[in-house]
Amino acid sequence: MSGAATDLALEVDGLIISYRRRGQTLRVVSDVSLEIRRGEAYGLVGESGCGKTTVAMAIMRYLPENAVVEAGRIVFAQSEDLLRASPAKLRALRGDRMAMVYQDPGSALNPSLTVGRQVAEVYEYHRGLSRRDAREAAQKMLRQVQISDPDRVVRRYPHELSGGQQQRIMFAMALATDPDLLVLDEPTTGLDATVEAEVLDLVAQLRAEFKTAILFISHNLGIVARLCERVGVLYAGRLIEEGPAQELFADPRHPYTLALLRCVPRLGMRKDSHRLDPIPGSLPPLGTAAINACVYAPRCPLARERCRAEPPPPYAVAAQRSTRCFFHEEVPAIAPSDRGAAQAVEANQPVLLEIEHLVKTYRSTGTAATVVADVSFAVRRGEVLGLVGESGSGKSSLAKCIVGLIEPTAGRIALDGATLSHAAAGRDPALRRELQMVFQNPDTALNPSHTVRHILGGAVRLLSGLREKAKVERRIAHLAASVRLRPQHLDLRPGALSGGLKQRVAIARAFAGAPRLVLCDEPTSALDVSVQAAILNLLAELQASQSVAYLFISHDLGVVRYLADRIAVMYLGEIVDIGPAASVFNPPHHPYTEALLSAMPAISEGERRARIKLHGTIPSPSNPPSGCRFHTRCPRYLGDICRDQVPPWQRDAAGHLYHCHIAPSDLARLQPAAGKQRTVEPRGAESKERS
Amino acid sequence: MGRFLLKRLGLALLTLTLVSIILFAVAQVLPGDVGRAILGPYAAEEQVVALDHQLGVDRPLLIRYWDWISGFVVGDWGTSYLLDVPVASITLERLRNSVILGGFALCLIVPISILFGVLAALNYRRWFDRIMAVIALSLIALPEFVSGVIVLVIFAVKLGWLPVAAHLPSADPLDWFRQLLLPSIPLMFVLFGYISRMARAGTVDSLRSNYVRTAILKGLPRWTVIRRHVLRNSLLPTITVISVQTGYLVGGLVVTETLFNYPGIGKLIFDSAIGHDLPVLQATVLLIALLYMVLTLAADVVYTVLNPRIRLSSRS
Repeated sequence: MSGAATDLALEVDGLIISYRRRGQTLRVVSDVSLEIRRGEAYGLVGESGCGKTTVAMAIMRYLPENAVVEAGRIVFAQSEDLLRASPAKLRALRGDRMAMVYQDPGSALNPSLTVGRQVAEVYEYHRGLSRRDAREAAQKMLRQVQISDPDRVVRRYPHELSGGQQQRIMFAMALATDPDLLVLDEPTTGLDATVEAEVLDLVAQLRAEFKTAILFISHNLGIVARLCERVGVLYAGRLIEEGPAQELFADPRHPYTLALLRCVPRLGMRKDSHRLDPIPGSLPPLGTAAINACVYAPRCPLARERCRAEPPPPYAVAAQRSTRCFFHEEVPAIAPSDRGAAQAVEANQPVLLEIEHLVKTYRSTGTAATVVADVSFAVRRGEVLGLVGESGSGKSSLAKCIVGLIEPTAGRIALDGATLSHAAAGRDPALRRELQMVFQNPDTALNPSHTVRHILGGAVRLLSGLREKAKVERRIAHLAASVRLRPQHLDLRPGALSGGLKQRVAIARAFAGAPRLVLCDEPTSALDVSVQAAILNLLAELQASQSVAYLFISHDLGVVRYLADRIAVMYLGEIVDIGPAASVFNPPHHPYTEALLSAMPAISEGERRARIKLHGTIPSPSNPPSGCRFHTRCPRYLGDICRDQVPPWQRDAAGHLYHCHIAPSDLARLQPAAGKQRTVEPRGAESKERS
Repeated sequence: MGRFLLKRLGLALLTLTLVSIILFAVAQVLPGDVGRAILGPYAAEEQVVALDHQLGVDRPLLIRYWDWISGFVVGDWGTSYLLDVPVASITLERLRNSVILGGFALCLIVPISILFGVLAALNYRRWFDRIMAVIALSLIALPEFVSGVIVLVIFAVKLGWLPVAAHLPSADPLDWFRQLLLPSIPLMFVLFGYISRMARAGTVDSLRSNYVRTAILKGLPRWTVIRRHVLRNSLLPTITVISVQTGYLVGGLVVTETLFNYPGIGKLIFDSAIGHDLPVLQATVLLIALLYMVLTLAADVVYTVLNPRIRLSSRS
């Protein structure tokens, strides 16, 4: 695979790792070999449970106590087999020549030490600097990771910093000693799209400065495509395909890689034109993947006798490319499963939900934070309104006001022309049934001690008013079937279900009555892409068959673009941009929308846009900026007018409204349509495009 | 911070007022006739009336309460019925003796409990941890009057290593151990159980946290990781437990001081309750309530100072 073996930063060879659990040995990593050259960025992708993090932790020699490395070598910088290194040697390597950054920086930093102290520690121990010198070095490092005002930030505690700043501190710590190897385990998961883009910019820039080799672990194909030169795809503990990032994503040669790519909603794909193509079946439970067969065979459209009888060896399919598939030559020809797209809902339906001048203010002693500031919009029958914005923009508060979980401070909410009382308790039960909600995390939304049948039964009795046992049972069975739950799932408790199945239960629960509007608050953001694809298909189907409307909240613009008929963009409690899905995401648009779009990680180069960076973080809602609320961060800031005057609503030709001082014609000039007309041919057609 | 303190002080004051009302009711109202309660069922009616008048308990309740509480605030706590000395002087003297005994027990047991708790956490689920769990839980379950009698019988009566009755120690540090060790053992047993379990739980949580992983992957030596990254966070909840347990100590003091005949405030409460010495009883109990408030407040302040998240959010 690799050329000269003279410049390897890391070599993993035949790694086999198992976990011991209740007397069983569960193999989670099977025969993984990979090499990373000095200065190279290697992406390791795969869905949750595929063994990515186990590989990373094995490299750092930080496996849990019940993990057993059964075979393999991990050679660091061509000298040290890390698996045989002494604790003293490990201490000398960790934090000095190899470092790691992982997700959730908020919990990765010690809450009771200043961040400066935590960065300085690295210098004290690995460079033997005095406390004072270490502190100065830390300050310098903070400047390198582009923290503004590092002299002040060093004295801060982690909780005083934003998520993006916290992650910068983690990078400062990791890069303090200019290590040979940097392991990044989902470093941007859980961060806002704009912050994620900033962190990724930082990684790209630091790569140029420090000649560090990077092992980048992510479930997000777009991020890996953007940042890494080479990519390895893990499935059930096996490295099934490997190659240069652009080639591999454009022309996958393993059925799993192809299937994974087809799950992601791409530019130009809409629910009424393309169905997403989820992978049939599910990941084998931990440790049960076949050792003497192809691990993907149970879900593979190409699987034959041979696939179930022996494990495929790596085939070299091109320069630097290998795949573990006997029939890799047939992969480009795999046809997408032939299922029609959901039917489009007819336009010009009557208005279902009407929001007028909705305001939500939280008051505590002396301060008032207005998280929803005078929002008005309407959702038509059977329509999907996508709601996007950074965290802190007020999306979830708005949704909670609508269902009555929290009481708005002012404004009117009307369903079918009837004004709803602010508190859910004061609403007509019939109206309450028509408004349902699906939450982000099905783990916490379902009672863990009830069976699925019990959960759905309760919802059926409450929401559809059925009492007779036989009728309730029939309705449960019907619901389960409509969200593709198998009958045997009904007698399980949520804990025994996978994340995707749990979300299906939550969706079935919301549909137990006959809702007319379902509020979906990030319903797929905790799920893997293949599961997300199935849930999005399901939501599109239900919408078409039951002509239900959705208010669909998501930070993932790709998902919103796929599912929504209209899109509203929120910033600091206000809607700044609203209109038909196609026109909101095509220029000209509000500068904030423009920035959000540019932050979106895209898999293929054609979809990528010029990065538009936002300054700083979202201001506090207790003290919003004057004039245009976005002026403090706006990349198209005009001057005093933005600071002093509230901008008017501008309407462009396509019928979308945005809140800005810049007229549509001027904006169109400013925002060239980067890559937007180059619609990606979906479903494996990219391979043809390449050759 | 100032605002927080002010709020806590106000709450403490309110609690103390309520305590004083309940205390007054229990001591003066519930027994019915105070003079009868003191003199017993066989005393002549005239004697009871005369005593009631002499004590001033034939006056209206509200006036008596006001007299008592306003006197308490300015330091005039009345005169002991039994000892015929000012309540304030005897109570404060006994309190000092108890603080010596309780302080001795605390100074000895807090570091030991934390040490064993942290060691148990570092040996999570290994034999040391399991044995410590059994010991700590057994000690919590053992009341002072049982453990007190056991140590008294073994070390003072059978072995004769330490005196049966404890006296106030002299300046000699050896004498401190000689006089105070035995009466403080029952107190330490209970404290050890609670504090070590809490220290263990906090440390186990902290060891599992991501920031400890960060510290280890930074290549820091194990001891530095424990000292700087684990303990600082893991001992925060332990502080709260120590303060609550210090309040609990008072109950233990009554038992152990009576058992070892040590001249502390616990013994004073016991004696004044037996001897119907109401002014002493009321003053000591209210004093202990006051002490308890101060301790809780102190613990909150310490917790706030050590926890930057609370410290800074209350500042802004």
